[in-house]
Amino acid sequence: MPTITYAQALNDALREEMRADPRVFLMGEDIGHHGGIFRVTKDLIGEFGVERVRDTPISESSFVGLGIGAAMTGMRPVVELLFMDFALVAADQIVNQAAKLRYMSGGTVSIPMVVRAQQGGGRGNGAQHSQSFESWLAQVPGLIIVAPSTPADAKGLLKSSIRAENPVIFIEHKLLYNSKGEVPEGDYAIPIGKAEIKRHGRDITIVSYSRTLLFALEAAETLSQKGIEAEVIDLRTIEPLDMDTILESIKGTGRLLVVHESHSNCGLGAEIITRVYEQAPDTLITPAQRLGAKHVPIPVAEPLENAVLPQPDDILWAVEAMV
Amino acid sequence: MPLTSERFQDAYRQMLVIRKFEEAIRSLYQQGKIRGSFHPCVGQEATAVGGCWALRKDDYMTCTYRGHGQAIAKGLSVRAAMAEMLGKATGCSKGKGGSMHFTDPSVGLLGANAIVAAGLPHAAGAALSAQLQKKDNVALAYFGEGAVNQGVFLETLNLAVIWKLPLILVCENNLYSEMTPSHETTSVVDTYKRAAAFGMASIQIDGNDLELIYETVEGAAAKARAGGGPMYIEAMTYRLWGHMMGDPEIYRTKEEVAQARENEPILRLGRRLLELGCSDSDLARLDTEAESIIADALQFAESSPAPEPAEAFTDIFI
Repeated sequence: MPTITYAQALNDALREEMRADPRVFLMGEDIGHHGGIFRVTKDLIGEFGVERVRDTPISESSFVGLGIGAAMTGMRPVVELLFMDFALVAADQIVNQAAKLRYMSGGTVSIPMVVRAQQGGGRGNGAQHSQSFESWLAQVPGLIIVAPSTPADAKGLLKSSIRAENPVIFIEHKLLYNSKGEVPEGDYAIPIGKAEIKRHGRDITIVSYSRTLLFALEAAETLSQKGIEAEVIDLRTIEPLDMDTILESIKGTGRLLVVHESHSNCGLGAEIITRVYEQAPDTLITPAQRLGAKHVPIPVAEPLENAVLPQPDDILWAVEAMV
Repeated sequence: MPLTSERFQDAYRQMLVIRKFEEAIRSLYQQGKIRGSFHPCVGQEATAVGGCWALRKDDYMTCTYRGHGQAIAKGLSVRAAMAEMLGKATGCSKGKGGSMHFTDPSVGLLGANAIVAAGLPHAAGAALSAQLQKKDNVALAYFGEGAVNQGVFLETLNLAVIWKLPLILVCENNLYSEMTPSHETTSVVDTYKRAAAFGMASIQIDGNDLELIYETVEGAAAKARAGGGPMYIEAMTYRLWGHMMGDPEIYRTKEEVAQARENEPILRLGRRLLELGCSDSDLARLDTEAESIIADALQFAESSPAPEPAEAFTDIFI
C-alpha cells in the first residue's frame, strides 16, 4: 500500500469518483487552476475542465444553494468551503435548505450533495478561521456528518459521501492535510456510520475523531508506558453516531473519555456521555468525562490557543485522573 | 407561439382555480382547519399562469411561500395541494411541508420556500444542471420585490450572468415587502435596474397582463434554451389581500385596494376573452368548471386520512 498524504487521498477520491460518474462536479473558491489552498483539488481542472471544476465567486450562500438545485436535478455536486467558519455565511442553505428539503417535500426530492470544509485550530488562524462546527451541525436533522482522521479514512469516506443520496458535511482538518498514511489503491469505500477501534486496550475507552483522534493515540502510547492501556475509538462519522461500538467497548473498559475540538459546552461529548447513561447506565465504574475547546473564541497566540484547545497532555492528565 | 383563443380560456379557468383555491383556504383557515401561516396570492394569478404556461413540464421552477398559484400553474395536483393545506396523508408532502413548501419534482416544481430569496440559487442550480447535462431545460424562479435586498438574491444574479445560466428570474413586484411599502426600504425599487447593473438582460412589464407575461417568459425561455443566458422579468402586480391571514393592512388605504381591483388580472383577462369573441355564458361556464375543480379537491382533502404519527420519522434520509 502506498503511503500518501491526507490531501492526496482526498484528491484521489475526487479524481476517481469524477472519472467513474459524470454527474460529479466541484464548486468552490480557488479550486480550479490554483488547486485549492490545501491542494486538495490540485490538477483536477486539467483532467476535467472548467465545467466540472468550477471556481466560484466569494459567495457561499449562492454556490451552496446552486449545489442544492443541481443535486435535486440529477447532478452530484461536491462543494468546497474554504474554511468551515464560512458555513455560517451559507447557514440558511445548509441548515434551512439542504437538511430539510427532502423532508418538507415528503420525500419527493433528494439532495446528493457533499459540502467539504476544513476546520479546527492549531495554527493561529484566529477566531473566524479555526472553529469546529460538528457539534452544532449534529443538532440539525437531515445532515450526514463525516470527519475522517487518517488518509485512508479520508479517501474511503469521501468516496462513500459522494455516492450517498443525502447531503453530507465532510469535515477535514487543516492540520491533517500533510499527515501521511497507508491508503489502499483502487476503488474502495468506507461505510458511513461506522466507527473504528484504532487501538485496543482494557482500561479506558477514549472516543474521538479528526485531529484529536491522533492526540488520543499519542496519549495512549505514553499511558501504555505507565501501564495504562487505552482503547481508542475513531468515530469517523458524527451523524449517524455509531453508539454500538462505544457501548461494546465500555463493557470491557468501564471508563469513557470523549475528546473533540469543538466547544465542550453542549457539545458532542455531552451527547455521547448522556446516551451512555441512558442506554447502559451500569456500565461505567467511574464517571465519564469529556474534553473539548473551552468556552471562549479561539485565540491566535500559541500559548493562548493551546490553553483553549485540547492537547495530548490534557488527554493524558484526564485519563490518569480517571484510572 | 401565441396563445389560441381556446388556450386563453384554459388560462382563464386556471387563474380562477387559483383564486378559488385561495378563497377556499381562507374559509378553512377561518374555520380553524389550517395550521400555520397562509400567504395568499390573490391578485397575482397572471404571473403564475402566464409564467408557468410558457414553460415545459420538464422545465424547473422554484417559488415562495406565496406560491400556491405558481405551484398549481406548474402542474401540482389541486387535490394534493388542498390535502397538504389540511395536513392530510394524501398531501403533496404527506403533511410535512404545508402551505409554504409545495413541491412536486414530477412537474418540475422544485419547491416553494419559506425563506425569502432562498429558492433563487436552487433554480440557478437546476439551470446549471441542465447546462452541464447538455439538456435544453430552463429554470424559472419566482420571488417578490421584498427579496431583492437579500444577499443571496444579488449573489445569484452574479453567478447566473457569469455562468450564462438558462435561468429566468421573475420578480412579482406587488409594492409591499411583507407589511412595509417597498420604496421605504429599497434603494432602487425598480428592481429590473438592479439586474441590469449585473449585466443581465432585464425588463419591467405589466404583471397583470396574462398575455404579456406569457410572451415575455416564452421569449426568455427560447433565448435561454439556445444558450443566450439568463433574463430578469419584473412583473408589476398587486396583492389584493394582506400579506397573510391576520394582516390589518394599515400600510395602505381601502381606496388604493379598490382601485387595484379594477386592474386585477382575472377581470382583465375576462374582458380580453369577450373581445376575442367569448360570450358571458362562456365565462360563466369556465367559472363553474373552476368551481367544480375546487369542490372536488375539497371533498378529496376533507375525506383523506390524517397521517400516522410514525410518518413524522420518515423521509429524512434515503
